[in-house]
Amino acid sequence: MSARAVEPRGRMVVTAFAALILSVLPLPEWLAIARPAFLVLTVLYWSIAAPRAGGLTLGFASGLTLDVFRGAVLGQHALALTTITYVAVREHQRIRSKPAFQQSLIVLPLLGVYEFIVFAIDGWSGHPVGNPLRWIHVASGALVWPLATALLERSHSPR
Amino acid sequence: MFLDQRRGWLEQARYYLSAAAYPLQLAVSSPTAAWRWFEESVETRQALRAENDALRAQERVLEMRSLRFEALSRENGELRGLRGALPPVADHWLVAEIVNVEVNSLQQRVLINRGARNGVFKGQAVMDSAGLLGQTIHVGPWSAEVILITDPEHALPVQIERTGVRTIAVGTGDTQSLALPYLPANADVAAGDLLVTSGLGGVFPQGYPVARVVEVRRDAVQPLAQIQAKPLAQLNKLREVMLVWFRPDHPAGPTLSRGQGQSTVEDDLASGNPTYRPQPVPPRPAPARASASASVPTTGAPQPASHAPASAPGSSEPAAPPSRAPVSSSASASAGGPA
Repeated sequence: MSARAVEPRGRMVVTAFAALILSVLPLPEWLAIARPAFLVLTVLYWSIAAPRAGGLTLGFASGLTLDVFRGAVLGQHALALTTITYVAVREHQRIRSKPAFQQSLIVLPLLGVYEFIVFAIDGWSGHPVGNPLRWIHVASGALVWPLATALLERSHSPR
Repeated sequence: MFLDQRRGWLEQARYYLSAAAYPLQLAVSSPTAAWRWFEESVETRQALRAENDALRAQERVLEMRSLRFEALSRENGELRGLRGALPPVADHWLVAEIVNVEVNSLQQRVLINRGARNGVFKGQAVMDSAGLLGQTIHVGPWSAEVILITDPEHALPVQIERTGVRTIAVGTGDTQSLALPYLPANADVAAGDLLVTSGLGGVFPQGYPVARVVEVRRDAVQPLAQIQAKPLAQLNKLREVMLVWFRPDHPAGPTLSRGQGQSTVEDDLASGNPTYRPQPVPPRPAPARASASASVPTTGAPQPASHAPASAPGSSEPAAPPSRAPVSSSASASAGGPA
């Protein structure tokens, strides 16, 4: 691990930025509902691929950014994202050794936990939570995971 | 951490964070903006002339109507026993453009390109030429987030223009419909009724058009009628909106005793301002808050309507004053009984 002396910090920030743009891009309504949480997937990827490069910091910062962009309670996405990033960093060796398909089976509950935390905070802070459509992105995120990892791997692995 | 946020000290942090976010939001929306600009610049001369003619015709119609308006407002002033006509309730306004960015796919929020630097404040009314659109909820230095009236989290005190009955219009999450969930089944509502703002709630002034009732369903089992209304403003094809500043001392103005501009929910709650009513989401089925109307002589609204809700389900008092019109007391009784 430490053989790779240079942690891909710059790339982490750049890809997170791209993912943020993808997640606020205006889309037609039906597509917007099914849009995977690209920023969450990117943060997860980096915390698995480069666990020592500061995944938690990236997770917290990205979460806070999402809060601002989504007009949510400040800290809501940050807490959710930091939590699942922690799990991902902790278990990165187990997750990394799996093929992409099995990885997305692990990512599915992680995204579920993420959305559940966001959902719970929404509920506690008095926002309406009844809409079942909010859970769609958990499934679509897990579906997109193999593709996302393939793309992100290309961004940093030596060619 | 989050609970502190409810008290508002993180509002300042959000202000600066949204300033940082704004350039990115602009960048994301720039392709759409560029395409729009391109479309406009390659428009043919003929199309422009046609549009010009249409606008001129419209201007003529509006001019005719405003001639009449002058006379009417003078007459209105005389009828109310005022010496002169009042100035219009809207003090000034500002046109803002929608920044084409996804705020939240499950909520009806939009971002506009005006913020605190333009004098925009939290809880400001946003409208378009046809009717009410919503209000600002987060304000950054150069941008502001607007919650539309159709957002499920938004509730708007309205009045049925024909009868003067006050109630609350709640967003449904669909840009084409508002719900009026708190009217009893025997309330006098019909499809085609115009809903105007009632002036309660401290954000919107009295008498601005909001929506038109499209469907009234009365179920014999249910104590409340199920009413759908369609917003007059074109909420799904927004491009430009108007931010409006109202005269706070105007009788038709929003019922907010403090000077507008600085007042926030926290301020008013902390100072114990009794006339302030937080805007979004009513705590329970209470069609209108009668107490808030005390400071304002609202026009022509029959009193029974505003008193009926005081006896809404939950309050232990027996129904509204019996001296009031029998319709409303029976209405409130039927609303209170089974619920």
